[in-house]
Amino acid sequence: MNVHHHSYDAVIVGAGGAGLRAAIETAGKCRTAVITKLYPTRSHTGAAQGGMCAALANVEEDSWEWHLFDTVKGGDYLVDQPAAEIMCREAIDAVIELEHFGLPFNRTPEGQIDQRRFGGHTRNHGEAPVQRACYSADRTGHMILQTLFQQCVARDVNFFNEYQVLDIHFVDDGNGERRVGAVIAYEQATGDLHVFNTKACLFASGGFGKMFKVSSNAHTLTGDGPGLLYRRGIPMQDMEFFQFHPTGIYKLGILLSEAARGEGGILRNDSNERFMERYAPTVKDLAPRDMVARAIQTEILEGRGVGPDKDAVYLDLTHLPPEFIDAKLPDITDFVRTYLGLEPKTDPIPIQPTAHYAMGGIPTNVDGEVVVGPEQKVVRGLYAAGECACVSVHGSNRLGTNSLLDIVVFGKRGGRAMAEFVSRRDVDLPEIPKGIEDDVRSRIEKMKAGSGGEKVVDIRTVLQNEMMDKASVFRSQESLDSVLKTVHELRERWDRISIDDKGEVFNYDLVEALELGYLIDLAEALVVSAAARPESRGAHMRVDHPNRDDVNWMKHTLITREGDGSVSLDYKPVIGGAYEPMERKY
Amino acid sequence: MASTPSTTTAAPVSDMIDVELRVKRYDPERDKKPHWETFNVQVKAFRSVVLDVLHAAKWHFDGTLTFRRSCAHGVCGSDAMVINGANALACQALVEDYGSVITVEAIRGLPVIKDLVVDMEPFFAQYRSVLPYLINSGDPGYKERPQSAEQRERFDDTTKCILCAACTTSCPVYWGNSQYVGPAAIVNAHRFVFDSRDEAAEQRLDILNQRSGVWKCRTAFNCSEACPRGIKVTQAIEEVKRAILFDRV
Repeated sequence: MNVHHHSYDAVIVGAGGAGLRAAIETAGKCRTAVITKLYPTRSHTGAAQGGMCAALANVEEDSWEWHLFDTVKGGDYLVDQPAAEIMCREAIDAVIELEHFGLPFNRTPEGQIDQRRFGGHTRNHGEAPVQRACYSADRTGHMILQTLFQQCVARDVNFFNEYQVLDIHFVDDGNGERRVGAVIAYEQATGDLHVFNTKACLFASGGFGKMFKVSSNAHTLTGDGPGLLYRRGIPMQDMEFFQFHPTGIYKLGILLSEAARGEGGILRNDSNERFMERYAPTVKDLAPRDMVARAIQTEILEGRGVGPDKDAVYLDLTHLPPEFIDAKLPDITDFVRTYLGLEPKTDPIPIQPTAHYAMGGIPTNVDGEVVVGPEQKVVRGLYAAGECACVSVHGSNRLGTNSLLDIVVFGKRGGRAMAEFVSRRDVDLPEIPKGIEDDVRSRIEKMKAGSGGEKVVDIRTVLQNEMMDKASVFRSQESLDSVLKTVHELRERWDRISIDDKGEVFNYDLVEALELGYLIDLAEALVVSAAARPESRGAHMRVDHPNRDDVNWMKHTLITREGDGSVSLDYKPVIGGAYEPMERKY
Repeated sequence: MASTPSTTTAAPVSDMIDVELRVKRYDPERDKKPHWETFNVQVKAFRSVVLDVLHAAKWHFDGTLTFRRSCAHGVCGSDAMVINGANALACQALVEDYGSVITVEAIRGLPVIKDLVVDMEPFFAQYRSVLPYLINSGDPGYKERPQSAEQRERFDDTTKCILCAACTTSCPVYWGNSQYVGPAAIVNAHRFVFDSRDEAAEQRLDILNQRSGVWKCRTAFNCSEACPRGIKVTQAIEEVKRAILFDRV
């Protein structure tokens, strides 16, 4: 195993929307390496479909204040309002900037960017759905990813493709505080290790939805970035809030965009009832995702599901004009044809909630700086943006389209702040000791030498099944205690993994084993955080504590992993603003 | 509302089917040359894809079997490979369309590194060579640049490219001449040449008018058949040829 040494002003880990947007921002300002375990265009930003909200008011009256209100209410008041205000205000410039970068948005007859309806986005504080989501058919994420990559090509951004960051090294900044010194990456093509000595590092490595059985997430969304920081003592924030998207393809979890309902699609149960009328009389099928997912699960649990096991409901597009479906929803209807063998123009589509998005993650401020503890102390040189980060603009339940907004707004802000930081005269390249890659090397060697006989697939399958059954849409103390016990058993089994591939070149057998380790650690963080919150808020629904408790629980969870592997919890207050908590009705 | 729910359910069933998977394998650390290996695996009968077959072989029989994949539903472009002789994405290729014997090998024309993993760098270098980004020196201010729905539609097809290389590596000309820029790069040039907001069509057409450019295309149509996004690749290439010949867009 050869070791290579590099030095940069800045490193970006991950090349999806947030990482690429940050890279555009640092280009020309500081020497930056963008390290990604995939090729940039393979990132899961490309799987996002429906749109990106911004109050352009191209189609009807709108304002960023309404967008902010919807975001705060949608997040069930766990949103930090100053951060959400920045996101909703800057959304408008962000969309215009993407258009200037070349993004091919759908257009209105007047040649402006077209806008469509989306769940939880309303006019005038909840009166009715509003057309706010800027889109490009049902492949908006693909267009964002391609456009940002194109702009990186134009700027000659320095990519390290198929390099997987596995560790970070902090140094003492001279005042007894830690600052970023280096990251250590594993080169998939050769098995070599690369030490990137750097003044700063921005994590934009995405989510960890592969800890659940039914998931819209890519196989590679295993939480490596948050996972490795968590192991190095960086707390994770609000991990109990994990979004289940209402409409995943039955069993497979492949995403069917909320745009399907934004364009008129309807959810129906076994008696063809439009059941969302009972749960959200005003906005019906366009309620926020947490409410729709719970409504679907409730229909199923109460025996009104469809299919042989009555464990799905229907997404019905059959009343929409066929040419309209082809124009507005071409990709998702193709997915249904391919993976279910159904024709969405004539057949209702069996769907179920699918693990989709981590509201929680690496705690940051609005400049992408990672902040630790209730006192929000900045870790010098450490930044995060996108799904792996928690600003928190999504609170306990993210509104549809706000993730695409998050990645471009906070990817840009994080990149800009990092470029400014590394350009400061008093910020030098940290000296790093020899051998900081030894820990990664020994983890790899130990995994290759493992002879305990446990297989990655067996452990991962149990994890995914148990998390789906006991820590997904509905939770209880009992279910969480049970899954926590399982997670601890799985970690012991993980230590006894044997892999087949002992080679150096493209050893994905090894990679999958290492990735599973991060999933297990983050699953534990999710479950412990959830078990400690005896209330129901946003995506965190405790059947044994079904009400929101604003007196005791208007606060963010921080979970920290200690050196001995034990975990501890801490809390910090939600940063409020103009909107006081009120009952959440739609 | 169309049909009643009970008649339209196409729920996956748990029945399994046997598949004989033949993979062209090569491990640079062990093998002098490629060789075929067979795995007998079971996958769900209901609409399993070739990626499921590969995962069944890797996860249950031989962890050294190596292939790229990520999204598993045809949008990331990681898992293009030759399946029963033709290029496809493994995550989109339904087992029922291929039968019980499935042969899989790496896409052609790019250097094989290990099993189904090829060196993608030459492909991306060709992509970069056509200036695949919007070029416009004007200052549109704080508004979007206007574009009519018709202008937007003009290049819609080629915006769908996911850079999976299925087209380029299905091209017989590309197999014989790796200097040829290839269909994917032309598709990505087309995407900007026909975008009303772009100002660099001539530069791109000059690049594609060179010896390594569009005139290498022999209109075999393999690329169009291979595209997992349904892009009319050959038509896009023809449109670029015509733009060069008849001076414009």
